[in-house]
Amino acid sequence: MADFLLELRCEEIPARMQKGARAELEKLLRREMDAAGAPIKDMAVWSTPRRLALIARDLPLATEAVREEAKGPPASAPDQAVDGFCRKNGVTRDQLEVREIKGRETYFAVIEKPGQAVADLLAAAIPAIVRDFSWPKSMRWGAASISSESTKWVRPLSGIVALLDGEVVPCVTDGLASGRVTKGHRFHSTGEIMIDGADDYAAKLRDAFVIVDHEERAGIVRDGARKAASDAGLVLVEDEGLVAENAGLTEWPVPLLGRFEDDFLDVPPETIQLTARVNQKYFVCEDSEGKLANAFICTANIAAADPAVVVDGNRKVLAARLADARFFWELDQKKKLEQHAKGLERITFHEKLGTVADKVDRVAKLARWLCEEGVVKGDPDLAEQAARLCKADLVTEMVGEFPELQGLMGGYYAAKEGLPTEVSDAIRDHYKPVGQGDDVPTAPVTVAVSLADKLDTLVGFFQIDEKPTGSKDPFALRRAALGILALILDNEIRASMRTLITAAAHEGGSADAGRPVATFLIERLKVQQRDAGIRHDMLDAVFALETDGDTVGVVLQTKALQDFLETENGTNLLAGYKRASNILKKEKWEAPENLSGKDVSYTAQKAEQALIDALADAAPKAAAAVSEERFEDAMAALATLRGPIDAFFEDVTVNDDAEEKREARLNLLARFTGAVGNVANFSRIEG
Amino acid sequence: MDTEPQSPPLPERDPTRSFQDMILTLHDFWAANGCVILQPYDMRMGAGTFHTATTLRALGPEPWNAAFVQPCRRPTDGRYGENPNRLQHYYQYQVILKPSPSDIQELYLKSLAAIGVDPLKHDIRFVEDDWESPTLGAWGLGWEVWCDGMEVTQFTYFQQMGGFDCKPVAGELTYGLERLAMYIQGVDSVYDLAFNQHGVSYGDVFLENEKQMSKWNFEVADTDALFDLFTKAEAECQNALAHDVPIAAYEQAVEASHIFNLLQARGVISVQERASYMGRVRDLARGSCEKYAEIKAPEWAEKYPEWSLV
Repeated sequence: MADFLLELRCEEIPARMQKGARAELEKLLRREMDAAGAPIKDMAVWSTPRRLALIARDLPLATEAVREEAKGPPASAPDQAVDGFCRKNGVTRDQLEVREIKGRETYFAVIEKPGQAVADLLAAAIPAIVRDFSWPKSMRWGAASISSESTKWVRPLSGIVALLDGEVVPCVTDGLASGRVTKGHRFHSTGEIMIDGADDYAAKLRDAFVIVDHEERAGIVRDGARKAASDAGLVLVEDEGLVAENAGLTEWPVPLLGRFEDDFLDVPPETIQLTARVNQKYFVCEDSEGKLANAFICTANIAAADPAVVVDGNRKVLAARLADARFFWELDQKKKLEQHAKGLERITFHEKLGTVADKVDRVAKLARWLCEEGVVKGDPDLAEQAARLCKADLVTEMVGEFPELQGLMGGYYAAKEGLPTEVSDAIRDHYKPVGQGDDVPTAPVTVAVSLADKLDTLVGFFQIDEKPTGSKDPFALRRAALGILALILDNEIRASMRTLITAAAHEGGSADAGRPVATFLIERLKVQQRDAGIRHDMLDAVFALETDGDTVGVVLQTKALQDFLETENGTNLLAGYKRASNILKKEKWEAPENLSGKDVSYTAQKAEQALIDALADAAPKAAAAVSEERFEDAMAALATLRGPIDAFFEDVTVNDDAEEKREARLNLLARFTGAVGNVANFSRIEG
Repeated sequence: MDTEPQSPPLPERDPTRSFQDMILTLHDFWAANGCVILQPYDMRMGAGTFHTATTLRALGPEPWNAAFVQPCRRPTDGRYGENPNRLQHYYQYQVILKPSPSDIQELYLKSLAAIGVDPLKHDIRFVEDDWESPTLGAWGLGWEVWCDGMEVTQFTYFQQMGGFDCKPVAGELTYGLERLAMYIQGVDSVYDLAFNQHGVSYGDVFLENEKQMSKWNFEVADTDALFDLFTKAEAECQNALAHDVPIAAYEQAVEASHIFNLLQARGVISVQERASYMGRVRDLARGSCEKYAEIKAPEWAEKYPEWSLV
């Protein structure tokens, strides 16, 4: 058994690509070695900005010899068939053996595959891995790039270490020969490092100021940043994204804390945090009261001669950025949001849906309508005001610089202007919920603006036939739909989809979009409710009734239905329903309209009479309960039918010779399925 | 008594205390590494990449190594001399190495050391930053180089230029000279930079220029005349292309690009028109590159039999 070390060294790999690259390297090596018949069990893959490395443990030095036999055509078969068999198995005709099988002379091909040296397999695998490696973006470089066919890699590839059991696995990739020589840290190490094998690799690199294990570097960044913060009497604002990014930007991470001028804390803390994180990859800290502190933590890639010099350089860069942010913050406030909003007339929302100002106008009207109609219990004037200002920050300097701050900045500027809190909160939060798990607004004015904004987008794009297809959803309509559903369900908004869609329809737009939008929303609802454990067929069963039910009602009814069907009564009732409807279908029975529950003209059997009585009691109860949204009561009423229907099928023959009895019993079953079907369309339920 | 007129001895260069010494040191460094040291292109342009020594020379198979300073004009970045690090006119130091040498990163780091950046005192980092210029039909992969968190250089491996694959690939280094000098000299305002070792500051040289040019860019320039110039540059570009002189055509594309930037600064191009103007400049620039490659291709193919344009 032997260990295999592979290191692919190159110029700085973007931090965001390293995780994918580790997975790709493992996948490709496994693919090659599986195909070669030498699968790898245990593998560790590491990355730094300048290298991808892996160690595979306990490889055999050679694969075992394999003997395979293949049965061919009879010896008497035509030449064509025999030649085909030979081609398929890679043997010549004179290599075939003839054996007797069930009294017939039959050809056999015996293929001996000798064991192969694993070193040879690896030597063939490495160039294949380099060739097939998939990077999000890759490039050509150097003299070889005079041909378009030259090797592609994320950045120029500069060295390959490949050692099996301490011996070099010799291979050549694009003029680059494998060996045992690597390099250490770009600045803390000079010259070449000789690697003996898998066991001294990480240790030798550590001596050369390279921590090859990305997890270990992440730990140093995380712990070091925490410690730097606490040493300064502060608390680190944790950010695992930044931890991974800084670990991907360094081979020898050294977190360092610096301070910036207090004055900058006048600008919104989100702005500072974003500038620090996005532009500079710095962590920020809070004081003991949870307020943003005037501190940042950068992660150097050197053990600097004087860390204060590095910190001071970083401080200057951050100060320049914060000065910009403060400049934007002050400049933006020289105009009111109302004036900024005029700028939206120059921004196209979509060529067929007008400018952003046009959209704002529609959203304002819709938000007002939602409040006036009582769909949302908010003040119509405030809702309209908030809606008219909600996109104004898109043309401010700050959002121009940091698009992620849309909404938030508008909220700050509105508050600075002294607008009502309901309005500034609505401006701030109207994009929410942005994804699953995001907070769903509950303040009525915010709900009105958020719902109006998303409905306008969803219905508008359907009206110009820009629906999501497959994985393509350029206008994020799935997200809009999920947002609409979350707003409706969390706030118990009692309006039918039809009403909302109709209200949101753009004037002069296609009139045929209503049904597709509703279908799309129902599909999204199924996806969303699946995570909550609600089955799609249950939702179908309730939606199939095509009542003008609102989404909230449908979900409540579905939940009650699903709970019921998980009980023994429910399961058996469903079985009874299916049996009854199968009989009706088989008999092609068309029950007369207005089936009454009156007694039959003959003496009914005991079980038959019991079902008649139970139906007379349960059917009106269930119907009434549904109309009053007492869904559990409706299910309880149905549950009383379970015993009688079971007994009926046990004791009573439906297809009685007497036509009168047959007819009465089929009608009885029709009444039974009808009563159950008033609660949900049980035929849509699977299982 | 006659004495030979004697010139004073040349002073030692000090790139850490003189802007011009920093430039001269970079010239020394790259000249010693085989580059031709060019002078700036004598036209107004937005970036050193527009210099024909970069764009047109990135095409074709012939080796090409050059270094030069290029003054860059970004009319909308003007701040009337009031912002300590934003200017409508500033300098880039461009190095183009084709094919990209295998030790290009080491060469670059040595050049930083030559102008006084010690990588064990300062944290030098290569942070992903890809480059794309739809105007030139060009893109490349590379980094922005950070020094203690500040971007000091754009480092790009050109993959395409004028819509053609770069065969071979050229490496391009673009140093932001002013910010690098501010860093090395330890000053907070560009105008406080020492331009030489004799007491002349960057402000002495350029402050008045920033004030006047910002005013002209934003307030004064005659927009009718600019629109006229744009149309004429466009027409002349087509004329030059029709007569197979793509370098002349390319100059007109550069001119049109700058006139467009001036129109932007004057705020007379609407959002809708903007895309259309950019499209027109792109067509001129790409057309010129394509024509250049087309005319040179037979000669290149003859010298480099293994090479092909596409």
